[in-house]
Amino acid sequence: MSELVLNHLLGLQGIEPSKIYTILDTADEFLKVLDRPIPKVPPLRGITVANIFFEPSTRTKISFELAEKRLSADVVSFSKSGSSVSKGETLLDTVRNIEAMKIDVVVIRHHAQGAPLFLTERIKSAVINAGDGSHEHPTQALLDMMTIRGHTGGFEGLKVVVLGDIAHSRVARSNIHGLKAVGADVMVCGPSTLIPRDIEALGVKISTDVDEALDWCDVINVMRLQLERQNQGYIPSLREYQRTFGITKARLDRIGRKIVVLHPGPMNRGVEIDSNVADAPGSVILQQVTHGVAIRMAVLFLISGKERTDA
Amino acid sequence: MSHSADNHINPPEGWQGYNCHNLAIRGARLFDPELKLDMVSDIVILEGKISSIGPIPKDFGGDIIEGKELTVCPGLFDMHVHLREPGYEYKETVQSGCLAAVAGGFTGVAPMPNTNPPTDTPATVNFIRQQSAGTPVDVHPIGAITAGRKGDQLSEMAELNKAGVTGYSDDGSPVPTAELMRLALEYTMMSNSVIIEHAEDTSLSGKGVMDEGAVSTALGLPGWPSIAEDIDVYRCIRLAEYTGGRIHIAHLSTKESVQLVREAKARGVNVTAETTPHHLTLDCTILEGYNSNYKVNPPLRTKADIDALIEGLKDETIDAIATDHAPHAHDEKEVEFILAPFGMIGLETALGVVLTKLVKTKKITLSRAVQALSNAPRKILNLPVAKIEVGAIANLTIFNSDEKWTVDGTKMLSKSQNTPFGGWELTGRATGVVNKGIAFVRRD
Repeated sequence: MSELVLNHLLGLQGIEPSKIYTILDTADEFLKVLDRPIPKVPPLRGITVANIFFEPSTRTKISFELAEKRLSADVVSFSKSGSSVSKGETLLDTVRNIEAMKIDVVVIRHHAQGAPLFLTERIKSAVINAGDGSHEHPTQALLDMMTIRGHTGGFEGLKVVVLGDIAHSRVARSNIHGLKAVGADVMVCGPSTLIPRDIEALGVKISTDVDEALDWCDVINVMRLQLERQNQGYIPSLREYQRTFGITKARLDRIGRKIVVLHPGPMNRGVEIDSNVADAPGSVILQQVTHGVAIRMAVLFLISGKERTDA
Repeated sequence: MSHSADNHINPPEGWQGYNCHNLAIRGARLFDPELKLDMVSDIVILEGKISSIGPIPKDFGGDIIEGKELTVCPGLFDMHVHLREPGYEYKETVQSGCLAAVAGGFTGVAPMPNTNPPTDTPATVNFIRQQSAGTPVDVHPIGAITAGRKGDQLSEMAELNKAGVTGYSDDGSPVPTAELMRLALEYTMMSNSVIIEHAEDTSLSGKGVMDEGAVSTALGLPGWPSIAEDIDVYRCIRLAEYTGGRIHIAHLSTKESVQLVREAKARGVNVTAETTPHHLTLDCTILEGYNSNYKVNPPLRTKADIDALIEGLKDETIDAIATDHAPHAHDEKEVEFILAPFGMIGLETALGVVLTKLVKTKKITLSRAVQALSNAPRKILNLPVAKIEVGAIANLTIFNSDEKWTVDGTKMLSKSQNTPFGGWELTGRATGVVNKGIAFVRRD
């Protein structure tokens, strides 16, 4: 567990497969820690992590905070509301000010694509991308992959569908990059207005027929549909979306074999996924959340270890 | 002996200023493609006019610029710049923009009207011109098509024309409706002026910040698709064809638009077009690092578009090269990519980039490059052309086509540093300009 592999984690595009496996293996170890009576280990003692969230987030922020505390880091968190951001301070000034208070790692969630990269070029701290606009959300994809590996055994030749609003989804992009890196076969499926142009350049198959996609796959990862997509005109109505692309029990029963259904949350029940699928016995959706803590522990551990050797 | 002249502003540091009462350039290559002139000779300028081409008289008492290894061509003209004054003087002023023009070898520029206030009255036109006094640069303001650049109704175009305006644009924005564009084309036919369209169907480009395609999809950035340009280009072409008015397409960036203009010209439509050094040399894969210095409107396109633009430049579908020099302060660009303003500076690098990437590589000839950078834009704007002939006003650019230099944003004469060419090693650089009775020449 002492292999030091990461300077930052900005995304999974172009990442070496060995790094993905190191993170997943490390997370498997930390998952055991989470089941101990006292689920806490000391490797990040003396390390200060700042969680800087410029976008509303509940689960990702709590997940990171928990991961940091389980590793005995000192933690400060900052959200957009009530901050000096509303006073017109720039991203760079905000982060430089926080860094001047001597921190080691910045976890950033930001609505602007590329904001984490922008920071790595301008500050000294290690940077972890907790979601940047519609670009990447690497820890979400890693926790999805941890869950997939746990239920399928391996990625080579595994058929995974990413379903829904691909155009605006950072989760979709990180899943595509991560899964492709380790040899999985990836298909994107959704309404053609929400499949971005030239996505086949990322090495994915495309389908606009969810039943066809279900017939093909071993795993389906259902993206959240932002409800405002209807007002923006991408889909005629949520009703039609549900009927055309919603994951229902009937659709899953029809294929006559078991596949793994993931959802990164928060769910719109009765839109992209039905309750009797989400809550079915054997549903892995809450397991994904638990894995999220383990994955973030692994990433923080691997990055902070690097910082320490530099010191 | 050189002496400081009395009627010009101080030249920038490292530059020498001359008065053109009595000035000669010795032994330079004189190159005027339209006059089919290409010879090594001395040239003498008296009272701001070319008085002789041939050996400098023995009794010549004026200043002599050594022209060995230098080329002299008709003064370069950039028909698309943003000088930011009035209103945004922290980005650029008419004076700093003129100095940037000089450093790039331009003797004339046409600043776009998206200032504050916009250039929609003779008073603003005259103010901008006045600010350029004492520089060797002709500043020929473009007037707004619509009052206040608001896209509602025509500006007082005839009044502007009386003040010398011969080209109109709402650059930065397209003319919002086809009807308004029709009226603008019809109205400007009275003065044979030209309408310059920033071609963009904003319902399609929306919040787009880069070319739509594989790269925008991977980066998760909103796309500004090439069709948004093509559709407006076609709208403009058909309206010009129907009305007989004159349309000029600014910063052409797509392969399909090149073809639309080519076909329209073949049908005899009054259409002209320009493209920029950055659209001719940079493709959208350069955005992979989210560097806001590469954010520009219209966005950088694909390699196929670049090839089509070069082909269009070669066969004169594209008449002119213009920089769309768009200065922005460092702080404005030092933000998240989607929040940064569009635009890049270009005056000081245009000639070097064109010589290095297009002429040295034999993609276009030196003649074509000089035409596209000098008299082609003047003709579009109904301005007198610059010529290397006895009796003509001395409006000249001097450059060294073999000088190697490295682009450094921090050393620009522009007030801003947002160049996309930082660190590029170029071969070919402007050495000086002669115009308005003044010569500024790089000293080293």
